[in-house]
This record gives sequence, structure tokens and C-alpha cells, in this order.
Amino acid sequence: MTKRLFMKGNEALAMAAIEAGCRYYFGYPITPQSDIPEYMSRELPRLGGEFVQAESEVASINMLLGASATGARAMTSSSSPGISLKQEGISYMAGAELPGVIVNICRSGPGLGGIDASQADYFQAVKGGGHGGYHIIVLAPSSVQEMYDLTMLAFDLSDQYRIPAMVFGDSVVGQMKESFVPHPRPARELPPKEWVVRGRQHGEQRVVKSLYLGDGELEAHNWKLHARYGELKEKESRWESFLVEDAELVVAAFGSAARIAKSAVMAARERGLRVGLLRPITLFPFPEQAFRAVTARCKKVLDVELNAGQMVEDVRLSVTCGTEVFFYGRPPGAGSLPTPEELLGQIEKYY
Amino acid sequence: MQQVFRKPVSLKDIQTHFCPGCHHGTFHRLVAEAMDEFGVQGRTIGVASVGCSVFLYGYFDIDVVEAPHGRAPAVATGVKRARPDSFVFTYQGDGDLAAIGTAEIIHAANRGEDITVVFVNNTTYGMTGGQMAPTTLVGQKTSTSPYGRNAGKDGSPIRMAELLAQLEGVAFSARVAVNTPRNLMDAKKQIKKAFRYQVEGKGFSFIEALSSCPTNWGMDPLAANERVGTEMCGYFPLGVFKNTAAI
Repeated sequence: MTKRLFMKGNEALAMAAIEAGCRYYFGYPITPQSDIPEYMSRELPRLGGEFVQAESEVASINMLLGASATGARAMTSSSSPGISLKQEGISYMAGAELPGVIVNICRSGPGLGGIDASQADYFQAVKGGGHGGYHIIVLAPSSVQEMYDLTMLAFDLSDQYRIPAMVFGDSVVGQMKESFVPHPRPARELPPKEWVVRGRQHGEQRVVKSLYLGDGELEAHNWKLHARYGELKEKESRWESFLVEDAELVVAAFGSAARIAKSAVMAARERGLRVGLLRPITLFPFPEQAFRAVTARCKKVLDVELNAGQMVEDVRLSVTCGTEVFFYGRPPGAGSLPTPEELLGQIEKYY
Repeated sequence: MQQVFRKPVSLKDIQTHFCPGCHHGTFHRLVAEAMDEFGVQGRTIGVASVGCSVFLYGYFDIDVVEAPHGRAPAVATGVKRARPDSFVFTYQGDGDLAAIGTAEIIHAANRGEDITVVFVNNTTYGMTGGQMAPTTLVGQKTSTSPYGRNAGKDGSPIRMAELLAQLEGVAFSARVAVNTPRNLMDAKKQIKKAFRYQVEGKGFSFIEALSSCPTNWGMDPLAANERVGTEMCGYFPLGVFKNTAAI
């Protein structure tokens, strides 16, 4: 599998899920991610897997919960309003320590909003989203290649840490076509799934649950989950840094906003401005260490997002003392995607 | 001496938390007996719902997945699709199945998922303290229908066994009760039939079990038991509403 392919981001993502061993997909159509269920409905039956078009997003996340409880690799995908409906199930999965991959090809909101590229679900994705105080793993691809790579990684991280994982894209990375190189799943040692329900005949009774009523039980359970989030921060933070070594100003951006920002950074370099880019790849765990390291020297960060300012809060919490953090964002909607020239103007303003 | 009656192996030897006079314990036992008779305990995955029945795993000696309120049929769909060799049943109350989970039950039934649903109908939300349910009888007073259920404002009680029997995907649908020895014997028979459908891979089977709720009805156990026969059976007739393979 070293052949270069030319595909849509959504299709590359679906292809990666299957390559990662996902055989069960449960979903409900919504723009701009419907290529994913379409791809899965075509491919999974041929592989002995199952595709279920659920009656709602609520049902589909709970089908994922059920399949995951049996130890199967399974996935659901949706877009913003649909992800809101899935939050109940995501919270239950987080509480029951169930892995599973959830794809959000984010569109603009709030409410029905529109189908344009947006990053306005950042808070919902990284700050829990559902009730009860939990986190999920959030990966943010900025290219079709990463739609492939990070989807595969999402399955492994989710299984390893028993935390649901979200691939957080948007209409741009989902709908655009570009070339990428598919590859087999990289070898990664994963713990055996000793918790799955598989029938009593195989041993002691197993229960997958999130209800803990005994004195101190639920607190202990929460501390265990939060210790795992800490471990994730330490071991699994990922980011890309571009020309930051001598930078006077570092642009922070993720996903498709980071692609536009990269063009702006290169244009700034052509004009002799020492500007770099720091792109979080994992939004949870947020790469705090990368921001600390960069801002130990460079004291200006310009955070760029396709929303009115969400990740900027995590950036502010991660930079070293004395760093100035500026923000430029465009709340989403038709005609709201910033151009590289527009971002260059912002770089020049704060440089 | 020959032992002719014993505790089902699928049930743990533990006292239940159910209130005195509640029929949940009896239905637990009937379900466990059916499980024993088909020898499916070892490959059963139960799906627990929210409400009085959530502690399923404390009483049944089987593997269990807990579902969010109303979503048990969707969770069961995921379990059964991923592990088609397992025996999967949900155990849900009326608030769970006939209100918040209406979409999930109708569509799992309509897809003809090869699962069994045990629906315990006591015309009220039991665990949350006796509020009005979709099955609350007209005129019945509850903590959220203090003047009695008003059909004009609250709608009429939903007959789930009949409603689901309309769907092509449903293979078996019946309503049972355990308020008399005769009804109990029949309930056992129908639960076994419902189980046989899944054991033989013949499709979606549904059992509606009329239950008492002495605590929330404000009745003593005997009066509550009586109400099942007098008031409930009048609106919710016992019987088999669909039996496609005539098991």
C-alpha cells in the first residue's frame, strides 16, 4: 500500500477506519460528512462487517456503545448538530471506560447554522461536551493524509486508554480532494480487552457500567479517569511546529485554519518577517509543553481560529509568563473563511 | 428425596431491592427460568436500562451492559450486530421504553433485530417517585398528574404490545401479568416463546409484563396486585398480538 491516491478527506478517513480494523459503523446522514456512511455502507458488508443507518444520532452512538462493549472496533460519524445529540452517549461511554471512534466533520452553528467549515465545536469537543466532567481524546487533521493517519491513531489511542476518541475535522478537510499515501496500521502494543462482555461461559460475570452508588466509589472512579487524562497529557500530546526556532511571532492554529495560516506564515517569511506556526494535532491532550517551550523565547502568539475564540483559552493557559497572546477569528458561515492575505495582515499588525 | 423446585442458576442467591409486592422480582425469576431452560446463560448479554431495573447485574448471573435512559434497544443492536452468537435481551420500564426510548424501540423492532425485549409496565415512573408515565391510566393520580391523567391534555396510555405488533420486523409480541397463578403460568409460557424466537434466530420478540407498584400507587401489596387485574388488564388486555412462526 504505497500507491498514492487522490480522494476526498471523508473517504480517506473511512478507508483508514477499515484498515484499522473497524468492522462496525453506526450513523445517521448529515452534511458535510455523508460520504463516510456512504463509504462504510458500500465496503463493510463485503468484509463481513455491519453498517447500520440508525434512526437518529442518539441511537447510533448507543449502537457504538453496545458494539464497543463486546470488544469490537466500531465507529460513528456526524457533524455539529448531530454531535450534540451524541453527547449523552459519549458521556456514558466515558463513564463506562469504553473506547470507540466518533468523527465530527464540524459545520457552522449554533443551531442549524450552515454547512460551512467551522471550528466552533472546539469547546464541546475538548471540554467534555456531555455531562459529568470527563474528557475524550481529540485529534485534529489538517490534510487528507492526516484524515487517514489520525483516524487510524484514534482507534489505537482509544483502545489503549479506554477513552472515546474524536477525529475533529471540518468541511474543508472532509470535502476537499488531495493526494495521500495510505498505509497499513502501524504496530502498537495494546492491552488485552479484559473488560468486554462476552457471556458468562468464558469466566466471571462482567458488567459494563457507569453507575457507582457505593460510598466513595464514584469519586474513586473519577480520580482513576482523571489520572488517565494526566497520563495522556504526558505521553500522547502531538503537534507540528513550523519555522518557530527563530520566530518573533508564532501563529497558533489547528486543522484547516492552520493550512491557511501556514500560507500566511510563508508569505510573511518572504517579506522578511520571522514568523512560525505551532499547530496542535491533539486538541485533547492539548500540547501545553510545546507552547511552554516556544514561548520561553518567543513572547508573541497570534491564535487563529474559525470561530470567535475557543482554543485561545488553552493557548493562554499554556504559554510562559509575559507572553502576549493575540486572537484573530472568523465565526463561521458562507464567505467567512479567512484568506492567507487577511491573516498576513493580522501577522503584520501584531508582529 | 427428589428436588422438584429450585432457584434458577441464571439468578444469583441475593435479596432484591424491590419494594414488597412489586412484580419485578417475579419477572426476574421467570426470565431466569427461561434462560435456564434454553441453556443460554453462558452466552447471554443483558442490557440494563435506567430505573428500578438498572440493577439487573446484581441479580442475574450474566454479563450486562448498562444503557442510557431509553436507549437499551440501540445498545442491544450494537451488541447483537457485533456478537451475533450471543443471546441479547433488554429489560425496560414504561418510562424508559414508551417515553424517552420510543424511537429506539420502534426502530429496533422495525429492523427486526434478533433480540428479546422485556417491557415491564407499571403505569408509573417507579424509581423517580411515581410520576406520570405514557402508560398511566386515564384518571390515575400520580405525583405529576395530581388531578388524574387527563386524556385531552396528556394523551391516552400507549399500548406498546399492540403498537409494535403492527411492524413487519416484529416476530412475536405478547402481554402478560403475574397477578394470579394462572396468569403467572401463562406469563412463563409466553416469555419462553419470546426467548425461543431469538434462540432459533427468527427475529424480534417483545414481552409486555404488567407489574404492580405498591409504593408509588400508595397501596398495600395485595390491593396493588388486585389493581393489575381489575384496572390494568381492562385497558391493557393480556394476550398474544403477533406470533409469526406460531411458536
